[in-house]
Amino acid sequence: MDWLFFGEISLAGLAMGGLYALIALGFVIIYKATRVINFAIGEIMMFAAYLFLAFAGGMEMSPWVAVPLAVLGGALLGGVIEKTMIRPMLGESPIAVVMVTIGIASILVGLVELIWTADPQLLPSFLPRQPVFIGELYLAPKIAYGFLIGMAVLVIYLLYFRFSRGGVALRATASDQAAAYSMGINVRRVFNLAWVFGSLAASVAGILVAATGGLSPQFGIIGLSVLVVVIVGGLDSILGALVAGVFIGWLETVAGAYLGGEYRMPATFAVLAVILVFKPYGLFGTHEIERV
Amino acid sequence: MRIGDAKQTYVADEAIWTTSTQKFWFSILLLGLLIFPLLANSYLLYLGCLVGIAVISTTGLNILTGFTGLISLGQAGFMGVGAYTVAWLSTNTGLPFPITLLLAGLMAAAVGFLVGLPSLRVKGLYLAIATLAASVFLHFIFAEWESVTGGMEGLSLEPAHLFGVTFRSDFAMYFLIVPLAVLAVLAARNLFRTRIGRAFIAIRDRDISAEILGIPLLRYKLMSFALSSFYAGVAGGLFAYFYRVVTPESFPLTMSIFYLAAVIVGGMGNLLGGILGAAFMTLVPEALKLLTAALTPFFPNAPVFMSPMLEIIFGALIVGFLIFEPHGLAEIWRRVRRFFHLWPFRS
Amino acid sequence: MNILEIDQLSLSFGGVKALEDVSLRVPKDTITTIIGPNGAGKTSLFNCISGFYKPQQGRITYQGKPLDGLRPPKRAGLGLARTFQNIALFRGMTVLDNIKLGAHVHMKTGLLGSLVYFGRARREEMAVREEVERRIIDFLEIDHIRRQPVANLPYGLQKRVELARALAMKPEVLMLDEPVAGMNREEKEDMARFILDIREEWGITILMVEHDMGMVMDISDHIAVLNFGKVIAEGDPGTVQKNPDVIKAYLGNSDIESLRRKLNPNREAA
Repeated sequence: MDWLFFGEISLAGLAMGGLYALIALGFVIIYKATRVINFAIGEIMMFAAYLFLAFAGGMEMSPWVAVPLAVLGGALLGGVIEKTMIRPMLGESPIAVVMVTIGIASILVGLVELIWTADPQLLPSFLPRQPVFIGELYLAPKIAYGFLIGMAVLVIYLLYFRFSRGGVALRATASDQAAAYSMGINVRRVFNLAWVFGSLAASVAGILVAATGGLSPQFGIIGLSVLVVVIVGGLDSILGALVAGVFIGWLETVAGAYLGGEYRMPATFAVLAVILVFKPYGLFGTHEIERV
Repeated sequence: MRIGDAKQTYVADEAIWTTSTQKFWFSILLLGLLIFPLLANSYLLYLGCLVGIAVISTTGLNILTGFTGLISLGQAGFMGVGAYTVAWLSTNTGLPFPITLLLAGLMAAAVGFLVGLPSLRVKGLYLAIATLAASVFLHFIFAEWESVTGGMEGLSLEPAHLFGVTFRSDFAMYFLIVPLAVLAVLAARNLFRTRIGRAFIAIRDRDISAEILGIPLLRYKLMSFALSSFYAGVAGGLFAYFYRVVTPESFPLTMSIFYLAAVIVGGMGNLLGGILGAAFMTLVPEALKLLTAALTPFFPNAPVFMSPMLEIIFGALIVGFLIFEPHGLAEIWRRVRRFFHLWPFRS
Repeated sequence: MNILEIDQLSLSFGGVKALEDVSLRVPKDTITTIIGPNGAGKTSLFNCISGFYKPQQGRITYQGKPLDGLRPPKRAGLGLARTFQNIALFRGMTVLDNIKLGAHVHMKTGLLGSLVYFGRARREEMAVREEVERRIIDFLEIDHIRRQPVANLPYGLQKRVELARALAMKPEVLMLDEPVAGMNREEKEDMARFILDIREEWGITILMVEHDMGMVMDISDHIAVLNFGKVIAEGDPGTVQKNPDVIKAYLGNSDIESLRRKLNPNREAA
């Protein structure tokens, strides 16, 4: 066995996993606050990445301007989706809401194809290009810097939710909606903010992932990997999102490198299947007690 | 409200068609289905076959999602199992279609049963994700198990045959597909007049109370999965005979979403809704194709926009119906009928 | 003879003790009522008997056999039927289908028979329909609503449909969780009459949780008082009414006269 190769692949996988963790964090924020499973998160990422393409490529803006603008665009998209399509579904069955997000995903894919065509695109490169070595292990610079940026955003998020007023409101809403409401927290606003912040995290990750792997209307498939991450970690667990994100990212990359690209999805979904059978609410998720 | 329909026996009261008016209209419908292929051109026949296949699969998914409340993202995968079963059997054994179709259904039902097993532990959305996993695995198997499935190339097969008759043309396939579709819907209609259908609905409405009232949840959920997959398998088998080639790309994840959309747009938990939804969703792309063809002389790049427009329309239909008409086309149909019942006394 | 015996049952969720050492006997052919303040564990006890909750300790014996380890559907099949505190009808079905669902455990039609709906399958459905019509719908006077979706019915009628569904299970023991809660006086009287008739004519043992003391004292043969997960008194209505622990549990202090009135409203009315 070539340990050097394994090490490099693993490193790349872990870095990818870091980005998965960031997307999963966005997913879990939305789920915790609103109990909506967002099947459109991959498409929101894709949309933000295309916005970046338009700003940096088409309009030739500096990446320093284009990235924030695209990320804000993705966050705004999340907010608009919540306000126009998720809010009317308040109180409907969770399955109906999930299907709304599936419909949204389909609309976004269509819009992207309509505006930017179905052809694969390359993002203008904006990350440093010097190769990165960790010990003897080489890591592609795009992946390395993508990972660092992703982690920085992730840490900011965690601090924000731990200490800020908005973060407390969000956590309160997640643990008991009615109580939060009666304590004067504007629950509707929290719902909207959760979608904005969740989409914002996903947008950052979307641009970073697209910067390494390219962009096409099929990009949203990544949402399926994220789904695996959050189920394995536990839908309502931020810790689970982080741990499972790193693990699934690593597994996917290693399976792809050793077995071939067609094994990436089956490998992670096999983990998913095992988790569903033996630990259905994920590694760190909570199991609600049912009442008659 | 109809008057003058008093019944003397419970059999008459629980019949599918309780009034002579209903019987009359159903006969007209059957007659129409019979005459249609004689009048229709080849394009309409082709559409008729497509709708028939979609009706079978949608009815199956409706049993699972609409009536039992178990959302499935695996319908295309189950159809694929049926299609590959038919393709492999007809090439390697030469069995006639009634047997291959039955085996296609049973094979898909067995797979559906396996996929339903996690419902022992999980429910709701977690189960939906289990079905998603199943569709990923199935797609992988279709593409990679080359000795059986032919890999990415897929399998091609001979037309369906029985007693020396081959079903080669769309005209012949119509007479294979449409009667099966009618049978499939009638069987489902029967199901929901009996204890098993009631158990499905009870699980959808309140699973815990259903269990306390004597319904073993796992057994009935698995039954619903198996039955729904059986329908999908038969639909997939017909798909194989219809196109006579089966590849992994014939059954993408978007097809599962297509069927989910058909159930939603038609009306969840309503058999008529399933039929309307299947027909509607099959015809929307065709209508869009016609529109594109009509526009091309004026806007030469109209065809480029067709596929994205279709995705937007599908998505918008799902979202729009869920928000504005959760009971689907079936409810709209009911309102239209009501209007004519009362007309001209109320409008 | 006791048809149902509960021995030293304990149930806790995390650190919260819902039931502690609860023992209770339900004599056959009686109306046995469990009373007690809110949160005393009455519904939890029902859920243990139904098999929905698994108690950590103790055993439940039904017709001389332990119920341990039996899943809820099995228990239903043995003749334990119940209604729910918050009405648990199947909202997507008509009244008739809800009631027929109760007969599920006594029917045999398989999947294939259901799809074909011919011969035995149809005969079985018709037999159930006839029995439901003759014995239950007539008896509970709900023939005018049989075709209606349950979701649109007024509360009192929904309670009655739930009772009908439980009766269709042909139970030996019928557990009623607050059968008259939220009803007006007339509806309560109807329900009390139905409960008495069910015991008299159908020979079904009734185990009931109820807050309405007037009705409890009127129709019960046997009363158990539950407080903080423990049985604090048991006996016939007269005995229970006089028990000082019961009075304390209900009032928390010594305002005994008003409590006597509450526990025994008939005397007042007379």
